[in-house]
Amino acid sequence: MSATAPILQMDSITKEFPGVKALADVSLSVGIDEIHAICGENGAGKSTLMKVLSGVYPYGSYSGTITYRGEEVRFKDIRASEAAGIVIIHQELALIPELSITENIFLGNEPTTRFGSIDWKGAQREARELLARVGLDEDPDTLIKDIGVGKQQLVEIAKALSKRVKLLILDEPTAALNESDSQHLLDLLRGLKGKGVSSIIISHKLNEIEQVADSITIIRDGRAIETLNVVRDGVNEDRIIRGMVGRSLQSRFPDRVPEIGEVFFEVNGWTVQHPVSAERMVCKNESFTVRRGEIVGLAGLVGAGRTELAMSLFGRSYGAYRSGTIVKDGKQVQLRTVHEAIDNGLAYVSEDRKALGLNLLDDIKRSIVSAKPERISRANVVDEYREHDVAEEYRRKLRIKTASVESGVDTLSGGNQQKVVLAKWMFTEPDLLILDEPTRGIDVGAKFEIYGIIQELAAQGKGIVLISSELPELLGLSDRIYTIFEGAITGEYSAATATPEALMKSMTSSAQKVTAA
Amino acid sequence: MSGISDLKKIFGTGNTSKLRQFGILFSLILIVALFQWLTGGLTLSSTNLIAVVSQYSYILILAIGMVMVIIAGHIDLSVGSVAAITGVVVARAMAEFNLPWPLAIVFGIVVGAAIGAGQGFWVAYVGVPAFIVTLAGMMLFRGGQVFIGNGNTVPVPDGFRAIGSGFLPEVGPETGYNNLTLLIGLIAIVTIIWRELRSRAVQRQMGSEIAPAWVAGIRVALLVGIVVVATLLFAGGRVGTSFPISGLILVVLVIVYSFITRRTVFGRHVYAVGGNSRAAELSGVNSKRINFFVMMNMSILAALAGMIYVARAGASGPNDGTGWELDAIASVFIGGAAVAGGVGTVIGSIIGGLVMAFLNNGLQLMGAGADTVQIVKGLVLLVAVAIDVYNKKQNRFSIIGIFTSKRGGNASVAATTPTSGAAPSATASAETGAPAKD
Repeated sequence: MSATAPILQMDSITKEFPGVKALADVSLSVGIDEIHAICGENGAGKSTLMKVLSGVYPYGSYSGTITYRGEEVRFKDIRASEAAGIVIIHQELALIPELSITENIFLGNEPTTRFGSIDWKGAQREARELLARVGLDEDPDTLIKDIGVGKQQLVEIAKALSKRVKLLILDEPTAALNESDSQHLLDLLRGLKGKGVSSIIISHKLNEIEQVADSITIIRDGRAIETLNVVRDGVNEDRIIRGMVGRSLQSRFPDRVPEIGEVFFEVNGWTVQHPVSAERMVCKNESFTVRRGEIVGLAGLVGAGRTELAMSLFGRSYGAYRSGTIVKDGKQVQLRTVHEAIDNGLAYVSEDRKALGLNLLDDIKRSIVSAKPERISRANVVDEYREHDVAEEYRRKLRIKTASVESGVDTLSGGNQQKVVLAKWMFTEPDLLILDEPTRGIDVGAKFEIYGIIQELAAQGKGIVLISSELPELLGLSDRIYTIFEGAITGEYSAATATPEALMKSMTSSAQKVTAA
Repeated sequence: MSGISDLKKIFGTGNTSKLRQFGILFSLILIVALFQWLTGGLTLSSTNLIAVVSQYSYILILAIGMVMVIIAGHIDLSVGSVAAITGVVVARAMAEFNLPWPLAIVFGIVVGAAIGAGQGFWVAYVGVPAFIVTLAGMMLFRGGQVFIGNGNTVPVPDGFRAIGSGFLPEVGPETGYNNLTLLIGLIAIVTIIWRELRSRAVQRQMGSEIAPAWVAGIRVALLVGIVVVATLLFAGGRVGTSFPISGLILVVLVIVYSFITRRTVFGRHVYAVGGNSRAAELSGVNSKRINFFVMMNMSILAALAGMIYVARAGASGPNDGTGWELDAIASVFIGGAAVAGGVGTVIGSIIGGLVMAFLNNGLQLMGAGADTVQIVKGLVLLVAVAIDVYNKKQNRFSIIGIFTSKRGGNASVAATTPTSGAAPSATASAETGAPAKD
């Protein structure tokens, strides 16, 4: 920690909701020119603490004191904290897709001319400077919807800079970014800290925290467990995890002895056209195989076409089919609709649980049977008693933490929602499960459980296709890994030959095709 | 403490959906009781009750279809016009081609199905928002009605009038009551008791918490009491009157459609499409087909409502069905459906419709003009939904939003939920200002 007075000092913050103590006596100190990470499992209280700091929960609704740049502050709303130079960037970006970069940067903060109209020239000039500061090479007139999520994140930071930010709070800033965009963002944060901007970063990606943070505060069950100095305390990922879960996870992946059978699923020459642009192919002549009991990883950067491949296989749910065949159990199958795909034993767990995986208005038991209600129906009439039994069975088997299977899925934490999605697809009795980012946004404990479920499914002889942006996860679980770059398969690695460096090379160029030894 | 919590179980065993269902029923009972007092007992007289049922049955029939449309995330503005054009087509078919009335009813249903298929096609397969398609349909079929009927009234024969103004025949011994109405009441009572027993048996088997027997007893006694009073009132009117045939059609439709929405795969799919259509499609639901059938079904029910109205009025006229769509939509939202779709129940919408019906009726009995009635109805809709939204924001018990967080939650035995009625997502949907999601 720096020798000078900290920029932010939060003392004994306690915040209660009816029936729950979300924060109990939490103290946090962020030094000037420091990147301070806050780690904790989902629901530990990280976001609540940041909401207290940014005035979302106004002064008076919590107890404790906040000292910012040497003075006690009492923010009554988020505008007050922004005026003081504290800007929070949420996981869900608050940009308006149909407006340009400039318009977004100055939204609610528009520079005016002498006559009270908006000074667009000045705004544009300033926007250009801000974009240069964050290292974003885009025309400020570009619409937000036309740039990728990584660049959008940079626009958010430019927006924060336009507000003369002194303390930047980032909530899961890299959750939706690929490795190179993440790296750029982290470099930017490091650069900003030399220029009078301190940061608080909340992230599940511990490797990034280890890399970028100066100090780390670990929160567990609404309490600040410890604050570590990264350099002095020699912090590594395992050390952070131990603090977060309150125990040491011997291994981040459950033990498993793979029992791999025959090839039962084959894709040959799979070619799919982009839904809008007819010239663009999102899948270019891709071929791969899956064996029974095998976990096959698909590695690739965001935008490489992994999800597109998975969804186009799953009942042609993405793009326009051009050519290619699917052979399952020696027979060529046509999967023209999702229904046909399900009937042929395919399951697809989407990367976006809330938008594509679940109906958040539904309850747990109905969600679990929703992909194949026919299994518990006679003459299309659902047997509600069997439905209840089935739901209870999966609740026990997957250890879904809920008071009752009648509860709404929106009452569950991310990890438990993901278990419901897995249960939903396990209930369809699939032979091949395509899991697209199955642990995104899930805390460490739940991740471990989900890994166990995936391995258990493989042990039952099912084929698993695993898509993940986290290389350690792919390396830790997969028996074989294909790399995808710009819609083409560029490499195939066995578990023995796969290294992060080798994968990364194949994920970023199509230079030479690598085949498994 | 335990005494009070036991008492609460009168409205359902640890089962908030039932509790909330009784909540909205309770507000209906309050309104009826209020007008009963204000009108000096006129509201709950046999004559008036029979009038209310036959006067509003067609709106309630529309509400059944409308709630499904709204659950699926759409809206239908054309129902009044579809009802009117079906009415005049059927009336003219009987007048000019001597079509026998039973065939005429079938013909009317076919007309409704054809119109609905057309509208469903545009909504589901072309992708034009239902708001636009049915706004066009509203104008189109209103014009068509006037065109076919030449802007005149077209009378319908006596046989046909039975579905709108008919009563059950007098059979059996002289009891001073309409015997068939008594029989229906008896069937209802037996059903209530049977369901309670079955529900307890199942709960015991599943090992879930069961309310003490005295609680169940009070619950059954309350329900049976209501049914007995209603039966005696409907059966004890002027000789030759009974529970109206149009009301009977309504009751059958409510039972059938409650079952469809709650228990069938199709019904589940309607909720799934309205709740999250992309997720539904990725779960193998053919959302286009669901949207098509939901829109088609609405027009079929609108055709039926139109025929019942014409039968009751004795003739088809150019102003039939004007403004019905708005009454039907209001009923659905008072009954707890969400503007953004995915939430709502048939039973809730019917109760919402009855709230509107008794308001209308009570105010009329008190001599209020159409202007006052409109003003009050508008305010009630606004206040009802506002209280609901407010309560959900406060995380408190929500009277009208009963069905908002849990739609399977009507009289079903298994549809229970221990969570409070305050699903945040449902709140958000009720707050959305636009009339339709698309």
